[in-house]
Amino acid sequence: MATQAQVQAPVQAVKASGKPSLRERLDLGNGLLPYFLVLPTIVVILAVAAYPILNSFWLSLLNNPLSPSASFTGLTNYSQLFADSTFRGTIGVTFVFTAISVALETVLGLGIALLINGTFPGRGLVRASILVPWAFPTVISADIWLLMYNDRTGVVSYILQQIHILAPGATLLQTNSGIIIAAIITDVWKTTPFMALLILAGLQVIPNELYEAASVDGSSRWQQFWTITLPMLSGPLVIALLFRTLASLGVFDLFYVLAGNQVQSIASYSYNYMFTRSTFDFASGVSASVVLFLIGLIVSLGFVMLMRVTRR
Amino acid sequence: MVARQQALPAVRERVPTARSRNAIPWGKIIRYLAVAFVVFISLAPLYWTFATSVKSGVELNVSPPTLIPHTFSLENYVSDLSSNTFIRDLINSTIIAAITTVLALFVGILCAYAIARTKFHGKSFVLGITLSVQMIPFIAMVGPLFVFFTGPLPIYNTYAALVIPDLVVTLPITVWFMTSFFRDLPPDLEEAARVDGASRMRALWEVIVPLTAPGVFAAAILTFIAVWNDFIFGLTLTTDEHAQPVTVGVTRFAGEHTIPWGEIAAAAVIVTIPLVIVVLFLQKRIVSGLTAGAVKG
Repeated sequence: MATQAQVQAPVQAVKASGKPSLRERLDLGNGLLPYFLVLPTIVVILAVAAYPILNSFWLSLLNNPLSPSASFTGLTNYSQLFADSTFRGTIGVTFVFTAISVALETVLGLGIALLINGTFPGRGLVRASILVPWAFPTVISADIWLLMYNDRTGVVSYILQQIHILAPGATLLQTNSGIIIAAIITDVWKTTPFMALLILAGLQVIPNELYEAASVDGSSRWQQFWTITLPMLSGPLVIALLFRTLASLGVFDLFYVLAGNQVQSIASYSYNYMFTRSTFDFASGVSASVVLFLIGLIVSLGFVMLMRVTRR
Repeated sequence: MVARQQALPAVRERVPTARSRNAIPWGKIIRYLAVAFVVFISLAPLYWTFATSVKSGVELNVSPPTLIPHTFSLENYVSDLSSNTFIRDLINSTIIAAITTVLALFVGILCAYAIARTKFHGKSFVLGITLSVQMIPFIAMVGPLFVFFTGPLPIYNTYAALVIPDLVVTLPITVWFMTSFFRDLPPDLEEAARVDGASRMRALWEVIVPLTAPGVFAAAILTFIAVWNDFIFGLTLTTDEHAQPVTVGVTRFAGEHTIPWGEIAAAAVIVTIPLVIVVLFLQKRIVSGLTAGAVKG
C-alpha cells in the first residue's frame, strides 16, 4: 500500500540522520504512524482555520486590504468601529439574542428531554419529528418563518393579530425589538430539538439505581430532579451551552433574512461592511469579525473555568 | 425498540389492578398532550411551507391565509424545476457536499483512529485544536478567505472555494464522532487481523472501517447535512450559479418588487425533503452521532 511506503520512508530517514533518540522519544509503542495519521487534520485546521484568524488580525490593521497599495494604519479601524453607534448597537443586539435564545433553548430542551425520556409507544417517531427542524438549513428556516411572519398572508402574524398581541395588519418585523423576537422564535424552533436530544443522551446515562435509592430514602420527584438529575447532567449541559452560545454569538443567517438591514448582529454588520459597501469599508468589516472572535474567546474561557468549578 | 414495545402491554395491565380503577390518569394524559404539542410545533412550519407551495397565484395573496389549500397546483414546483439556475444550484450543493463528505471522512478517520487506538505525544493538543475550530465564527474566516481566493489562490466562485472551508468546519464532527466509535470496538478484532499479517493501515480500512460502517455512514450523513446547510460561505465566496449552493440560490430568488412566496416555498420543500427523509429513517444513528461527543467526551 502506498500509505505504508510513505510511513516507512521518513522513519528510515530519521534513523539515517543519526538521531534515533527523537524517534524513540516520539514512539510510544506505535512507531511514528500516529503522527502521520493526525497530520492531515492538523494541517487542514491550521491552514484553513488558524491562518485565516491570524490573517484577519493583520487585515484589520490595514486601511484597504483589497487594494494592492494597502497601508498599515494600526488600530484606526477599531477606533472607528467603536465610535460607530450602529456597531455598538449590534453588540447589544447579539448579546440579547444570544442570552434569551440560549436560555429558552436550554430550559425548553431540558423540559422536552424529561418529557420523552422513558418508553412510550411512538417514541421513535416523536424523536424523529423533533429532529426535523434541526435538519433544516438555517437560512431556509428563516425564509419559512419570514413567510409566516408576513403581515397579510403570514399565519403567525394572523394568529398574533387574532389574540390581540399585534394590531390588525401588523407584523413582528415592523419594529427592531419585534425583529429580535422573531429571530429568537425561529432560532428556538430550530435549535431546541438539538438541545433536547443532547440532554436526553445525558439523562440516559444516569444510573437508575440512584433514583431507586433516592425513592427508598423517601425523596420526592422534585427533590430527585435537583439532587440527582441536574448535578449528573451538568457536564453535558455545560458543553452544549458553550457550543450553543458560540453559535448564537455568530448569528448571521436569521438576521440576513428576517431583518433586512434594519437590525444587525455583529456578524451581519461585519458582512455588510465587507461585501455590500465600498471596498474602503472591507477592513472595518474584518475588524468587527475580529471583535466577534475575541468575544467568543472570552466566553469560551469563562466556560472552561465554569467546567473546572463544576468538576470539583 | 421492538422488545420495549412488546414489554409495554404487560406494564399497562398491571396499572389498573394496582390502582383499582383509580380515576383518570391525568399525569399520563398531560404528558401525552405535551408531547403532541411539541411534535405539532416541530412539524407545523413544514406543513405551512408545503401548503404554501401548492397554492396557486391568487390564493397565495389571500388575507387571512387559508389554513388548508383550496387549490392544489404544482405550478410553483414546475416553475422552480424549469429554472436552469435552480437545477444548477442543486447540482452544485450536491457535488460540494459529496466531495467534502468524502474528504472529511478520509482525513477524519485517520485522525480518529490515531486518537482512539494508538498512543502518541500531543493527543490532547490534537483534540484541543479540533475543538477550537468551534470557537471561530464563520464570518471571521470569510474575510481572509475572500482576500486569499480572489488574489494569491484564484479559486473564488468555484467548488474548491466552498469545499475548503466546509472541510475545516466539518472535520471536527467527523473526528469526534469516529473516535467514539473506534473506542467502542473491541481491540481483539483488530489484533486478529494484524496477526493474519495485515498492516495497521490495512486493518483500519479492511477490518475496522467496515465493522464501524453504521458509524461511518452516520458521520457521512451529519457531514453532508452540515455542508448542504451552509449559507455564509456560499454567500461570500461565490457570485453566481457557476458554484453557488442552493441555500444561496433560494435566497437570491427574491424578486425586485414582489417576493415569489409560492416558488420560495416550493424550493424550500425541494431543498429540505431529502434531509427530512434521511432524518426520519436514520434518527437513531443521527442522535447517537450528535450526542457521542458531548456525553462521552
